[in-house]
Amino acid sequence: MTTALPGPPDARTDEIPLAARGIVKRFGRVLALDRADFELRPGVHVLLGENGAGKSTLVKILYGRVNADEGEIFLRGAPVEIRTPADARRLGIGLVFQDFSLIPALTVAENVALFLPELSRLLRRTQIEGRISELCQHLGIDVDPTVRVGTLSVPEQQRVEIIRVLLGGARILIFDEPTSALPPHETDAFFEIFRRLRDDGYPIVFITHKLREVFALGDHVTVMRRGTVIDTLPIELATEQRLVELMFGQAELATRTSEVGVRSGGAPVLELAGVTTTGPGRRLVDIDLSVSAGELVGVAGVSGNGQRELGDVILGAARLARGKRVLFGRDASRWTVRQIREGGVGFIGENALGMELIWSMTLEENLALGSLSRFSRAGGMSIDWPAVQEHFEQAFSELGLKPPDRNARASTLSGGNLQRFVIARELARRPKLIVALDPARGLDVRSANIVRRLLAKARNEGAGVLLISQDLAELSELCDRIVVLHEGGIVADVAPDETDAYQLGRFMSGAESSA
Amino acid sequence: MTELALTLRERPRLSAVARRLVWVLVGFAVYCALILLYGKNPLAALHDTFTNTLGSTYGFEQVVIKMIPLVLTAMAVAVPARIGLVNVGGEGQLFLGGLCATGAAITFTSLPAWVLLPLMSLFAIIGGGALAAVAGWLRARGWLSEVFSTVLFNYIAILAVSVLVFGPWRDPTSSNYPQTRLFVPAAQIPHIGSSQVDITVFVAIAVVIAFDLVLRRTRWGLEMRAIGANPQAAARNGVPVRRYIVACMFVGGALAGLAGMDQVAGLQLRLNTGISSGFGYLGFLISWLSGHNPRLIVPMSFLLALLAAGGDVLQITQSLPYALVNVMSAVLLIIVLFGRSAGVRSVS
Repeated sequence: MTTALPGPPDARTDEIPLAARGIVKRFGRVLALDRADFELRPGVHVLLGENGAGKSTLVKILYGRVNADEGEIFLRGAPVEIRTPADARRLGIGLVFQDFSLIPALTVAENVALFLPELSRLLRRTQIEGRISELCQHLGIDVDPTVRVGTLSVPEQQRVEIIRVLLGGARILIFDEPTSALPPHETDAFFEIFRRLRDDGYPIVFITHKLREVFALGDHVTVMRRGTVIDTLPIELATEQRLVELMFGQAELATRTSEVGVRSGGAPVLELAGVTTTGPGRRLVDIDLSVSAGELVGVAGVSGNGQRELGDVILGAARLARGKRVLFGRDASRWTVRQIREGGVGFIGENALGMELIWSMTLEENLALGSLSRFSRAGGMSIDWPAVQEHFEQAFSELGLKPPDRNARASTLSGGNLQRFVIARELARRPKLIVALDPARGLDVRSANIVRRLLAKARNEGAGVLLISQDLAELSELCDRIVVLHEGGIVADVAPDETDAYQLGRFMSGAESSA
Repeated sequence: MTELALTLRERPRLSAVARRLVWVLVGFAVYCALILLYGKNPLAALHDTFTNTLGSTYGFEQVVIKMIPLVLTAMAVAVPARIGLVNVGGEGQLFLGGLCATGAAITFTSLPAWVLLPLMSLFAIIGGGALAAVAGWLRARGWLSEVFSTVLFNYIAILAVSVLVFGPWRDPTSSNYPQTRLFVPAAQIPHIGSSQVDITVFVAIAVVIAFDLVLRRTRWGLEMRAIGANPQAAARNGVPVRRYIVACMFVGGALAGLAGMDQVAGLQLRLNTGISSGFGYLGFLISWLSGHNPRLIVPMSFLLALLAAGGDVLQITQSLPYALVNVMSAVLLIIVLFGRSAGVRSVS
């Protein structure tokens, strides 16, 4: 053991490293945690639950980011007060965030230095870089401490985040959905780091809603549902069936519906020819892509390879530097967002609250905003609100969903409900082309399946669908055709039954190309 | 996660009305402290202010006369502010509006009033509006923030007026004073009955009501509120954001331009460099004090008009400098803007 590591706790096996008892947390009228009890067991302890079960709130309380209304926290049996993240770090509790909190313009070493508890006024760069290299060697990873974080890929940034937390003196590690940002073929490498940390003796809290990961990594699993801890099991006693029952209560298991599609044959609704963009973000290079009516085309790729930009180009939010955009047989290269939406394109974005909806407005207003030409009267002098209301109810009932309160502000809805609202809003416009970016990302199993079923249904009813997704299982299950984006270009165009995750992974990492 | 972050932001705070009352009281306290510092009795000053403004018909009319440009310049700030733009150019837009109205008044002297006055209004609207629209266009292209361009355009517009009244438009009969000839009667805005208040007051009232209705009832209002809350999301919903930026700046500038026309054709009856006693800047203060809400702009304009008219009175009765009113409004503006422009509240 070298001096680089602050050293994992030499925990006696009978001691509980961290425990929370009777935690209550309210956000306004919402009871986020209702007398939650949690005892961290040695090894990897998985915290499992659907969206909104209270997992994130619980660990935010353990890390001092959120303060509990009631309840106590115990560190190795002694009661402690954790009011701020600084308190938590002083006590040796480290949290690796879902969205990294690194500063892109600084180097790896500088980012780590900012987090060190004993940072001297005069920066000793070589010393910090030395400690990083030492730790990397120990973990079996490769990170150059002198490069700027902004130039690193997402998996590399995640490693920096882990290094930072470890060198910051953490003895208990909390990972908040660490794999949600990773492409499929990178998760194995991540699991490797994870196991090494466990073997070093770090107690680890691992939040996830993916059952596969529970069995791949967990030693213990605690299931949460609606703000309370339902049960804690050692992994030997956990089965998939049992965990799903605990997560959802009365075993209302989602059925995967994937009716076979009409399979192309229709007229093309979208054709991109030689589309190249400049502008900020990933540049698209010479994209040729077409989607026909009744066809569901998937776009696979590692996050950041042009997915968002591809969606923006079709929506008209990004401009074409070169190439042609043809919608429904008409040259739409110079159409505005409004023309494109009114022409028949529905768009389901990756970040509903930030990018597609106005959070301070009611759902009804947001619905009207998406189809204003339809609802405005007298050239814009007034809006036909009764028609909006009727349309609102209809949008949800057609999809077999219970409509939410149309006067609720968008900001008051949970992520899953917002996603459902966006989908209902867009599908009710009867789009001839639907573009969906990771529509099921972050949703629990049940909501995700509803979303997938709705997309398949729209396809079966004759719409063209472009599904841009990180989830290879989702793509191969739903799509008639899968194209792969790599560094802003399309590197493959394959049928899902003629390929496998391994081959797609190679396309996605640029190791192979068929197009 | 987003849900959580949003809930956390909802801290209990003073209601909007209570907060504004506090601001107004602080403003009055600052004003009294300044008078005290100047060695005068603030109570006597306040007494003089009220008896000479609200206490007489003449005084009240003076307040209303000052309210007209204040409401219009405040609306000039409020309209663009609703989509997140900061128009600091009300003063310049007022000057250019006055300049263009004057251009019409001294060119088409033979036209009857019912043609000439609407024509002058059109010139004022185009003058003030165009100046602001250029700033909006620069912003929409992503080339220059409207905050900088509108401030800089103020100098251009005010100096343009100087150039004209010192040069080609100067009245040769008015010895050395730089101003245009007195407008022909057809170019003078009629007054209400025998009062000193001209009919622009109805325009100001109509503008306030119209803007309130537009915001609450119309498609444009919904789109403006969407841009104000999240321009990116609005654009993705198909709202033509760039067009709104130019249009809202134009409307704002046009309203300030009308205020300029009121000053030249309703009050001074000629153009000179003294057509505004800082109305553009006071309008900025009023709009921010009112949260850009047209319903609050009227009472806030009334308060500031009262202080401005009072400032005129106090120069005579207490020999207090008018600058005290300006100092007070500057202090008040700092209080109102406190914490807003420091980036603390920027959308995460």
